[in-house]
Amino acid sequence: MRQVQKDCFSMRIRSVGGQIGAEQLKKVYEIAQDYGQGYVHLTSRQGIEIPFIKLEDVETVKSELAKAGLEPGACGPRVRTVTACQGSAICPSGLIDTSALAKELDARYFAKDLPHKFKLAVTGCGNNCLKAEENDLGIKGGMQPVWDKSTCSLCGLCEVICPGKAIIVSKGDKGDGNLVFTQEKCTNCGKCVKSCPVGAWQGKAGFLIYFGGTFGNQIAVGKQILPIIFSQEKLFSVIDATIAFFAKYARPGERFRSTVERVGWELLEKELLEKELLEKELAETVLPEMELAEIVLPEQK
Amino acid sequence: MHNRDGFVDITDVVCPITFVKAKIAMEEMESGKILEVKMNDGEPIQNVPRSFKDEGHKVIQVVKNEDGTYSVFIEKDGL
Ligand code: HEM
Ligand code: SF4
Ligand code: SF4
Ligand code: SF4
Repeated sequence: MRQVQKDCFSMRIRSVGGQIGAEQLKKVYEIAQDYGQGYVHLTSRQGIEIPFIKLEDVETVKSELAKAGLEPGACGPRVRTVTACQGSAICPSGLIDTSALAKELDARYFAKDLPHKFKLAVTGCGNNCLKAEENDLGIKGGMQPVWDKSTCSLCGLCEVICPGKAIIVSKGDKGDGNLVFTQEKCTNCGKCVKSCPVGAWQGKAGFLIYFGGTFGNQIAVGKQILPIIFSQEKLFSVIDATIAFFAKYARPGERFRSTVERVGWELLEKELLEKELLEKELAETVLPEMELAEIVLPEQK
Repeated sequence: MHNRDGFVDITDVVCPITFVKAKIAMEEMESGKILEVKMNDGEPIQNVPRSFKDEGHKVIQVVKNEDGTYSVFIEKDGL
């Protein structure tokens, strides 16, 4: 990135999921000492920039970076740094392996040319440390809970911790207690599964996808237009289709959100569904082995 | 209201002292005994019962009090 100062560049480094090896960090240190002004800047999207790299040193710096397996980051109209929280590999709240997914996304999409910048982020659960909805396409770990009547002790904990108020437990006097789960109110946060003392809530982890977030000159929160998706393969098909949609409909220099607003959310939804991407996936969403009588299923659309 | 062998009120402290205070009270109990922990809505109810689960104690009943707090009854080493 060109600086205010003539012939100086703030060298952006490609990062994935906010992680960098100790040896690589040492190389960054050396470059900042030898070619910069002895400091680095941490960007808002988990990147590192080394300011004050002189134009004549840019090529040398690139080859130095390469020695540590590093390369310059992306700017301009293309897929940017894939950000991620630490996810289930580290964080007790995590529902998906965000770091591994970020690496896959980086390998598939990083620096792909598009009509405007395109930001991808992965956050491990509803706590949303990585702010999925701020991105052109944000992925959040989610969970579809399934209740097992025979193990439930009707303690009432899940009712009070459920953020969607999707669970109502009636304790009953003489063993006639019950639990009612309303699928429509469930935000797939997985908290019931993590909290239930007897494991009566089991869950299947999956991906919640948010489309069209942007937090620059224009502010817009990403929208969830699809139900939870369980397979990583399906997730990639959805992202492929989204990027293809952006490339197809965007005017040059138009942000994804503006494109979708202009041509219509229905069209995006239609194109995503048209490819039959989700047909099988949606079939899998049918809740397995549940006490169906206890469950209020969403209205058929 | 459930029967109990011990009681601790953690509505007067904030994280991270909430769980610390509850944990100390639990340490003074014998295995199989029931501790009532009175806690606030929000972060305490989201986190304290789960932390007890991680330590092998079993939540057996949650009661919502009139003042908006919760009384959580936990059996020591119940898991
Ligand atoms: C119910 C129990 C707990 C809750 C709800 C809780 C919640 C939190 C939250 C939300 C933060 C982030 C604050 C921020 O935005 O910066 C935090 C940070 C922290 N917590 Fe806890 N915590 C709990 C228990 C504990 C315990 C038991 C300890 C240690 C004895 C602890 C030590 C810390 C420390 C050191 C930080 C600061 C970490 C940092 O700034 O990077 N917490 N806690
Ligand atoms: S979003 Fe969830 S999984 Fe990721 S760091 Fe935050 S709490 Fe942990
Ligand atoms: S937390 Fe578990 S045991 Fe308690 S009411 Fe909910 S499902 Fe039943
Ligand atoms: S996953 Fe979250 S929102 Fe859904 S029922 Fe469980 S606690 Fe409630």
